[in-house]
Amino acid sequence: MTGSILFEIIIFLLGAVLCVPIAKRFGLSAVLGYLFAGILIGPFLLGFIGEEGESILHFAEFGVVMMLFLIGLEINPKDFWNMRKTIVGMGGLQVILTMIASFGMFFLMGYSWKVALTISMAVALSSTAIVLQTLKEKGLMNTTFGASSFSILLFQDIIVIFMLGALPLFASEVHGPATDDHGHTNLMEDLPLWLNTIAIITSVALVVLAGRYVFVPMLRLVAKTGVRELLIASALLIVLSIAYLMELVGLSPALGAFLGGVVLATSEFKFELESTLEPFKDLLLGLFFMAVGASINFLVIAEAPLLITGVVLGIIVLKAIVLYIVGTVVKLKIDQRLLLTVALAQIGEFAFVLLTFAFQLNILDKAQLDMMLVVTALSMTLTPILAILNERLVLPKVGVKESEDRPMDTIEHKHKVLLIGSGHFGNTVGRFLRAHGVYATILDNNSNWVDRLRRIGFEVYYGDATRVDLLESAGIEEADIVISAIDDPATTMKLVKIIRERYPHVKLMVRSKNRYEAYDLLNVGVERVYRESLDTSVKLASDVLSELGFRKYTLHRQAQKFIKSDEEGLRRLASQPRQEEAYLFKAREEIAAQEKLMEADWQTSLFENDHQWDSEQRQMVE
Amino acid sequence: MKRILILFTHPKFEKSRTNQALVEGVKNMEGVTFHDLYERYPDYYIDVAHEQKLLEEHDVIIWHHPFYWYSCPPLLKQWIDVVLEFGWAYGSEGNALQGKQCLQVITTGGSEKVYCADGKNMYSINEFLRPFEQTARLCGMKYEAPFAVMGTHQLTDDDLHQHALQYRTIIDSLLQGLALQKIESCVFQNDIPELKNQDAL
Repeated sequence: MTGSILFEIIIFLLGAVLCVPIAKRFGLSAVLGYLFAGILIGPFLLGFIGEEGESILHFAEFGVVMMLFLIGLEINPKDFWNMRKTIVGMGGLQVILTMIASFGMFFLMGYSWKVALTISMAVALSSTAIVLQTLKEKGLMNTTFGASSFSILLFQDIIVIFMLGALPLFASEVHGPATDDHGHTNLMEDLPLWLNTIAIITSVALVVLAGRYVFVPMLRLVAKTGVRELLIASALLIVLSIAYLMELVGLSPALGAFLGGVVLATSEFKFELESTLEPFKDLLLGLFFMAVGASINFLVIAEAPLLITGVVLGIIVLKAIVLYIVGTVVKLKIDQRLLLTVALAQIGEFAFVLLTFAFQLNILDKAQLDMMLVVTALSMTLTPILAILNERLVLPKVGVKESEDRPMDTIEHKHKVLLIGSGHFGNTVGRFLRAHGVYATILDNNSNWVDRLRRIGFEVYYGDATRVDLLESAGIEEADIVISAIDDPATTMKLVKIIRERYPHVKLMVRSKNRYEAYDLLNVGVERVYRESLDTSVKLASDVLSELGFRKYTLHRQAQKFIKSDEEGLRRLASQPRQEEAYLFKAREEIAAQEKLMEADWQTSLFENDHQWDSEQRQMVE
Repeated sequence: MKRILILFTHPKFEKSRTNQALVEGVKNMEGVTFHDLYERYPDYYIDVAHEQKLLEEHDVIIWHHPFYWYSCPPLLKQWIDVVLEFGWAYGSEGNALQGKQCLQVITTGGSEKVYCADGKNMYSINEFLRPFEQTARLCGMKYEAPFAVMGTHQLTDDDLHQHALQYRTIIDSLLQGLALQKIESCVFQNDIPELKNQDAL
């Protein structure tokens, strides 16, 4: 290639834009679309991308880091702690059984025990990127299958650190550079083990503490400036610094990012961070999948097609059997077990790192490395295809269609009510709801206010609710009711229009400042409009009349009647077209309208027709 | 001297000249607590603890209300439902009202003659008021023969004045602990089992 970076970017983007919609069109997952796009533009078909595919792969791995950060954001620390047994139990079982089985397989194929052991380590790991992206895409994160997959993947993320640490122990002589070739520096190379351990513990503690005492204050500071792109910059800064720190001490950046996410999961910036990083993550992951596709070396396949096919199928079958056993041990329902079996049966992206490292350590030779890289990429490509076969052919036969919507205990439950705006008005709404055990997800874009409300125990998140991505992070898809308690009419209208258009299933309950805003809201189709200037003023007027000697119960009834008739009048008048000129002379119109209202009160003799308990009436009858 | 609590319940007091006359005569009497339920609870949200405290502080409870559809206005029914709690007003532990006197004062549009077997209402006032009578009895109160001002639509100003005076006399007697039957100027609705037995003795 010419080496023009622009050209490369164009090729990748074009590949994605062409292939993903086609995959979607055929009901396939986007992941598969990306993988095929990669194969298409790779060196063996169209040849747009050559050897640089490898470095793109390393760069795009950052998408996995971001994904783990985002997943961390959705798990609050308490839930994570509750999951620890599942993570170690399921993950440990899967890794050990897979390693034993694949060690046996490769040892019997005639490889030395070192090679067989190294390869079996790589085989034991599944692809976090593919599995989690697919789960998210299909909305299966909250099923038992989703939770189990996540637990296993998380364990693999942790165990890979030990694998990388163990590899040099098998190396007879070091060949090539000892550091891995991502261009990362690892400070810990020369340190003794105990110092290394301390460094690791310190850096984990650092991430936790920074989450609390550095990141959150920094985000607050940035939020106050009101400059949107600064928030994006801060979000990226947070994830990149965590990743860098982790690499510095030799931990998995993805794991560190996950930890950082968990720490920030309870902060008010949760949804803001989620919505900001989501597009970066998606793009990088897309790039990553394409790079995987592009890295499939068809020459290697052509040399030994039978061997490669055999190894790929062998590994997939072997991993599937182990996963099925693990699923049985933890008593998953049959359909959930089958989903798990197929979903995690590939070799993951960690294998690229692990195998390359083993090659540098001279444990694997070039042929073995090439073969395993191809096997890994092929198994990743096959996963989505197998999943489709499983869903369309196997699962319907099993019959037990387990409800997929069973909420997973470990992932934070999304509230059914979204409350937007938490000033004095919204706050009162929130308090009353909370008194009834309804904990609305509250969004507000005043960072000072958010901070204060959180300190007194409200669950409030910072962010501009007129942004669709933020609404989605806050769970508008699952929400039944959205309450708008926003002060500014223009913002209210913007929000209402977005929600009416994109989420017609949501019930909208909207605060309005006055009559005119209420007209506008009614005219765009909002039915539940609450004028802040109605009930309270009527209540005040009632109390005035009570002071003047009117009976309270009579006033109570009159007030209800007044409010009801005013609401009806509002709906009637809203549908009448208003003249442009009247807008220009708004003040005049307002006075005229008020006069009209009062006249109408008089004409409908609002206060003259409460004949209940009126003995004079009965006197006439008797 | 006894302490008297008048639980006055009228949704449209400002339009009732009979009740205005009755209330005017008694509400500021020494020893009388005049409690206007519709004014105090226009939204029907009754403060139960406050009501129970008031009851405990008085010896005589008066339910004063117009007779609507052979019963009381809804707020008084609400009051009975929420204030006379199990374990407080009745039940083995409920003896807060034990030994107190209970008097019902009502105003009816129909005259006395329509409230009997031959009249268009078929039954006597006492028969219509049985639920109240039994409520008082269940709470251990002595249910007095009700005082009814009837045929209110036909009352002249002079009649009204007479009734107001009678109401004052009744309150006076209650304050002093005298038997109501002794008041000769007043007509009571005394078809009450216990009272009849007493008379027989």
